[in-house]
Amino acid sequence: MNKHLSFKDGIIDALPICLGYISVAIAFGVLAVQNGLPLWAPPLISVTSLSGTGQFAALDLLKATASYIEIFCAILVINARYFLMSVSLSQLIPPDLKWWQKCIIAFGNTDEVFAVATGKKLSLNFKYMSGLILCAFFGWTTGTVIGTFAGSIVPEVLSSAFGISLYAMFLAIIIPPAIESNPITFTIILSAVLSIAFYYTPYLNRLSSGWVIIICGLGASVISAIKFPVREADDE
Amino acid sequence: MNNNYLIIAIITISLATYMPRFLPIALIKSKIKNNFIKSMLIYMPYGVLSAMIFPAIIYSTGKIATGIAGSVVAIFLSYKKKGLLTVAITSILTVLLFEVIM
Repeated sequence: MNKHLSFKDGIIDALPICLGYISVAIAFGVLAVQNGLPLWAPPLISVTSLSGTGQFAALDLLKATASYIEIFCAILVINARYFLMSVSLSQLIPPDLKWWQKCIIAFGNTDEVFAVATGKKLSLNFKYMSGLILCAFFGWTTGTVIGTFAGSIVPEVLSSAFGISLYAMFLAIIIPPAIESNPITFTIILSAVLSIAFYYTPYLNRLSSGWVIIICGLGASVISAIKFPVREADDE
Repeated sequence: MNNNYLIIAIITISLATYMPRFLPIALIKSKIKNNFIKSMLIYMPYGVLSAMIFPAIIYSTGKIATGIAGSVVAIFLSYKKKGLLTVAITSILTVLLFEVIM
């Protein structure tokens, strides 16, 4: 395939992310104000962090006036899964990117951006990644501003229905390749079973979702790699 | 909550978010050659995403019934290889429809 991914392709591919982010970020803004944060703080958090789970957890920590070291460690644990995603993404982006381009891609490597980027069949480039990230960033910050300043006017039924959109998008990313690949289907089912087991097993369900994702995601892919090693010839 | 505390806390949150995203991209400069790690990296996105979807998706709307309805529609349309936007919007509409009916 000779077609190159453009900036516009990135924007278009990120539209479902943008939609999902607006709704989740509205919820973040509303909750932040309820927790007593001044109005300037929630948008600043969204602009500097661009992360869902981490930011929601941060609200609890801020409310409790947790120490800086406590905040740093807690958020790092929640976000440790990004380490896996960035290792994976490092293999997909061109190796000759400039340092500031790498900084931008790293900043925008959220769960959803990672999911869309890895689902692409064409090779990734900086233009495409920046379109993807910009559109996602726009949704996240816009939603936060709406939630912070006008959260009460968004009907609850609408915001709860939007809660499913990012998960639906994840499904649309992982299912089509699974239809054509048994090892991928195996990985998905194994990881889902593990994650469900963690969720419903007493004691295990006390583990934070960040660790559950790492254990299940890493566990399933290690077992798949042992069971179904990809042959050298396959990837050229 | 004073402003000084908040600003330093927000910088701390940002650093703890950025570090795990940045370090691998900054440090891994070449393509990984090891076949086992390469295989693992191919499967990892699917493993990570699957663990994030299940079982969280059925609780994502606040009501399990509407969450399941939306999930079924999303899985069906994904199986039919519809695009991301189509799948996302149709499952939102399904959830809304069920909210209204129930």
